[in-house]
Amino acid sequence: MGKLHIPEPEEALPGVELEDNQGLLQWISSVDHKQIGIMYLWMALFFMLLGGLGALLMRVQLAVPRNDLLSPEIYNQVFTMHGTTMIFLVATPAILGFSVYLSPLMIGANDMAFPRLNAFSFWIALCGGFLLYFSFLAGGAPDAGWFNYAPLNQRPYSPSPGIDYYCIGLLLAGSGTVATAVNLIVTVLKLRVPSMSLRELPVFVWMVLINSFLILAAFPSLNAALAMLLLDRQLQAHFFDIAGGGSSLLWQHLFWLFGHPEVYILILPAFGILSEVFQVFSRKPIFGYAFIVGSGMAIALLAFGVWIHHMFATGLGITVNGFFSASSLLIGIPTGVKIFSWLGTMWGGSLRFTTAMLFATAFLVEFTIGGLSGVSFAIVPIDWQLTDTYYVVAHLHYVFVGGSLFGLLAGLFYWFPKMSGKIIPEKQGKWFFWLFVIGFNMTFLIQHALGVLGMPRRVYTYPDLPNYTWMNMLSTAGAFIMGFSVLYLGFIIYKSIKSGKKAPDDPWNAYTLEWLTTSPPQLQNFKEVPPVKSFRPLRDLKQDNPNWQLQDDPWKID
Amino acid sequence: MSTSTTLEKPNTGTWDGGNEPFKASYGKLMMWFFLLSDAFTFGSFLIVYGLSRHKNLPYTGTPEAFTFSQEWWPIPEKVFNAFPGFHGLDLPLAFVALMTMILILSSVTMVLAVEAGHRMDKNDVQKWLLWTILFGSTFLGCQALEWSHFISGTEEGMILSNGTHIFGANLTINQYGPPLFADLFFFITGFHGTHVFSGVILLIIMFINTVNGTYQKRGHYEMVEKVGLYWHFVDLVWVFVFTFFYLI
Repeated sequence: MGKLHIPEPEEALPGVELEDNQGLLQWISSVDHKQIGIMYLWMALFFMLLGGLGALLMRVQLAVPRNDLLSPEIYNQVFTMHGTTMIFLVATPAILGFSVYLSPLMIGANDMAFPRLNAFSFWIALCGGFLLYFSFLAGGAPDAGWFNYAPLNQRPYSPSPGIDYYCIGLLLAGSGTVATAVNLIVTVLKLRVPSMSLRELPVFVWMVLINSFLILAAFPSLNAALAMLLLDRQLQAHFFDIAGGGSSLLWQHLFWLFGHPEVYILILPAFGILSEVFQVFSRKPIFGYAFIVGSGMAIALLAFGVWIHHMFATGLGITVNGFFSASSLLIGIPTGVKIFSWLGTMWGGSLRFTTAMLFATAFLVEFTIGGLSGVSFAIVPIDWQLTDTYYVVAHLHYVFVGGSLFGLLAGLFYWFPKMSGKIIPEKQGKWFFWLFVIGFNMTFLIQHALGVLGMPRRVYTYPDLPNYTWMNMLSTAGAFIMGFSVLYLGFIIYKSIKSGKKAPDDPWNAYTLEWLTTSPPQLQNFKEVPPVKSFRPLRDLKQDNPNWQLQDDPWKID
Repeated sequence: MSTSTTLEKPNTGTWDGGNEPFKASYGKLMMWFFLLSDAFTFGSFLIVYGLSRHKNLPYTGTPEAFTFSQEWWPIPEKVFNAFPGFHGLDLPLAFVALMTMILILSSVTMVLAVEAGHRMDKNDVQKWLLWTILFGSTFLGCQALEWSHFISGTEEGMILSNGTHIFGANLTINQYGPPLFADLFFFITGFHGTHVFSGVILLIIMFINTVNGTYQKRGHYEMVEKVGLYWHFVDLVWVFVFTFFYLI
């Protein structure tokens, strides 16, 4: 009584008829959003190991001055593949994985609006990733940096087929991402349980919705540029070739018109994850729901008006630079609003520092460092001084790792019991956390200083200038701690899945509907769902039922 | 563990959520958002066109004295002035105007097919879908003629500064103007043509399903409506492509 029946899709979908014990076949043929979400996360972990291997190679090369372990040509390929992998094959699948896994659960739906399209998007993205890596066998990986500037991406400068694979691989992955975005938008708009209004969407789902619009608008620009580049390289067109009347700056415009929104595409869902984590582990509703959603929209809109700040050094003139400097500084405002919302959520809360919460709290520090160095780049003269130095490398790793990845890891530790039905012992989680945080800061904090000293990025070695050597050695040591911690993460995930303790349905005493299901959820997520009265429907349900049996908190029993 | 609250009407359809934004079905909504994204793609292309055109010098002399040169962007009336079957006549933009007309007509017949679908009139849906397929294919045929003329070029051709005489166009060089003129022409009209081609394929599928009575059994012709949205979008894009390439 008082509950809503959630119908199961009428037509049997492929994969649905298969039993759990059919192993891999059941996963490959699956159109279930939970399995696809988990496969996205495995994909991200797999490519993270590959991309991380590239990072370690670079750090070994840079550990001592005038090292010749890697030739300049190989070094170019390694840093290009590291960046491309981490952005397109790690961060993007990871955020899509969480979005696809959680959005239907959080809105009380049984699957995405288009389950088959969902599976298609995943597989095409995975194939895109494999194609990109196939370039190593086909004669050389792309070697013009992850943003692949013209004219370096043209045949005379990069005759190996690597960049052709870059175009095709990213076109495939990008099409998949756009399809997922459409799918997510329609799912969130159409499949919410009756009575869940948009003002009652969990913050994470709001961020997914905003993010999907961002994807919808940003990726076409990249796809257009990639298609033109492919014509340039394969059919001798001249879009980006200056000698033939084209414009190499055009590539930068198109790429960054995509690229800057892409940065926010990778951070907005992380913001959503953190909002959920902060609420649950502070035992308080999010401070300023409307503000945190509104600032998300503001970030999405501003994202399309700041791309020139990647191009201050190209000489577009004082007026253009001034305008984009101002718009880039504006980004600090909604981001700051969010930081204060989270601080306000923690303030006076009953805090539980689980591994997830530790990552969320560390995020506040690391992301603020990354944000502040970002603000310094919005100031044109500073940008001119520091562009293409290790200061940029430090900045972008503080926002991508300290921002996106810390948020994703918080989400991983928060939702792991739900996704796998197993518990990661808190002690192991915390070991990973400290190793990762120490390794990360050791690697990248010092690179700010290296950048200010003038060490250029993307150069395969450096002379033995004062301070360069010990700073680089420190950074390399940090990278190895990070690398070790990621291996440790893989190990504890494997061990928990294999022989971990069984997770209760609602281990964290959480607020949103996914915790109403079993751990892991059944193929049909919900048979019925309680009426939604706020953006914390599960908490309302517990409040309305004084006899609700709270489950053991693994944080306490560990 | 149960509460009694007054609830809105529970959902009835299989997939229909509790909320009906824009009163559109999920499939139609998806088409709209896909088209939004597609519009951004075409938007990028047309921005590229605008930038490339302004990077090259415009022609400053009188239209009568105009000659093809790699120095300046050509005047479209001078490039697209042939009409198949009327060899040697100077008919600026006549053929492309006819193509545009055909495509707009196909939009009209598409509307009629959708309208017939609302009336559940299977015969009318078939009739108008067939007309739309016919117009769509005719447009593609015309585009093929247009391309082949553009590729083979005029009898005069153009003499380059180094004395070589070139005819027609490819992606590297063309007789009409800077290389980018032909690059963009092939790329953007080609991309649009691909869209029309996909649309025709979709329409043929719609036609077969209609003949088989799939939609009649389903009780609605919404699928035709969704493909209709796509078809109108492709027409709308042509209006922009036409404006950019042929008019200004």
